[in-house]
Amino acid sequence: MSQGGMVGDRAEQSLEQAIRAIPDPEIPVITIDDLGIVRELSVEGDRAVVTITPTYSGCPAMRAIADAIEVTARRHGVRAEVVTRLAPAWTTDWMSESGKESLRRFGIAPPTGTAAHSGRPAGPVPVDLSVRQVRCPHCGSDRTEETSRFGSTACKALRRCLSCREPFEEFKPI
Amino acid sequence: MSTPTTTDTTLLHTAYVLGLGDDALVYSHRLGEWLTRAPQIEEDMALGNVGLDLLGQARSLLTHAGELEGRGRDEDALAYLRDERSFRNVQLVEQPRGDFADEMARMLWFASYQLALYVRLVDSADEVLAGVAGKAVKEVAYHRDHAAQWVVRLGDGTPESHERMAAALQRVAPYVAELTSDDEASVWAAERGIGVLPSSVEDEVHEYVASVLAQATLEEPEPARWHARDGRRGIHSEALGYLLAEMQHIHRSHPGAAW
Repeated sequence: MSQGGMVGDRAEQSLEQAIRAIPDPEIPVITIDDLGIVRELSVEGDRAVVTITPTYSGCPAMRAIADAIEVTARRHGVRAEVVTRLAPAWTTDWMSESGKESLRRFGIAPPTGTAAHSGRPAGPVPVDLSVRQVRCPHCGSDRTEETSRFGSTACKALRRCLSCREPFEEFKPI
Repeated sequence: MSTPTTTDTTLLHTAYVLGLGDDALVYSHRLGEWLTRAPQIEEDMALGNVGLDLLGQARSLLTHAGELEGRGRDEDALAYLRDERSFRNVQLVEQPRGDFADEMARMLWFASYQLALYVRLVDSADEVLAGVAGKAVKEVAYHRDHAAQWVVRLGDGTPESHERMAAALQRVAPYVAELTSDDEASVWAAERGIGVLPSSVEDEVHEYVASVLAQATLEEPEPARWHARDGRRGIHSEALGYLLAEMQHIHRSHPGAAW
């Protein structure tokens, strides 16, 4: 019996690893674990419950991620239930350091500093024509400028480097 | 005020959440209309992404409203199978797409209102609402900033862009007061710590917009002589019917169809 238990634990661990290693459908160089959207994961026998927090309310990748979790679990002979939890809201602060490094190598500037809008603005907030420093993922220069607040997905902004002239995307800190 | 019965309570709570959800749903539809129509491809993506954020908020809010109501209606039933008079959005968000300056004027007012509201709804006694607000507050801050940057750029731009931004603010003005008007559901929800009284954020919204307009070298338009009202009671302008016809017709033509 004890041996059976150990085998079970090992199977559960391998399923947990497989789920955490699922790549983001839009940015496949980073896993859902790196993103920090897996809030809870429990495997018991042939049932798994995975709790995820969406990055953005309308992010279309969430559905693809939920599907990938179910398929991965099924391959391990387990039925997975994917639960979406809104609070506490996801923040780029939950992204792993290795995930940020993968983004940079992929040509996407990782979110810098701590979340920009997590604080509660008290009263009117002055117009901020943002002058944040974002490092170019290609040449490392700090001389970059924003070309658009919104990139190809809700989570990214468009920038260009004034040193190497390359355009690039930035993962917005939220 | 007499004590509401359980049925009243359910109706008022549902109505409050539906108001928030319908604002987001209807405006997300209008923003989606900009795809391939914006002045630059970056704006196509920006307005599409803002719309997507609002659609995400609408889905959570309508799902929650359906659960509160307890009659088995899900987000799709509420979005696609209700008629005009059952929609509780403010009239600002249903107005037809104007020019780009009109859209930036509308987004500046709407996002300023939404941000002031959601910042407070984070503490709602309704945990689902608090969760949606916690998420939305970060998104809406970006929307407001995006609109503010454009209003400053256009207002403090060329004589032509200044004129057109000023004219857009004038056209949007009659729809502003409704954003911060109270109705029965919001009064009920605010009394119970579930919702926020729209009138309580009026000063904050106006102060922020005024600060943007000052930087944009624009004047705040004279208060409109006529202003929209009662969207939260299902009273709408002609535009909403056309919008719903377009948004709902596939779902209604093919009941139960799935991808």
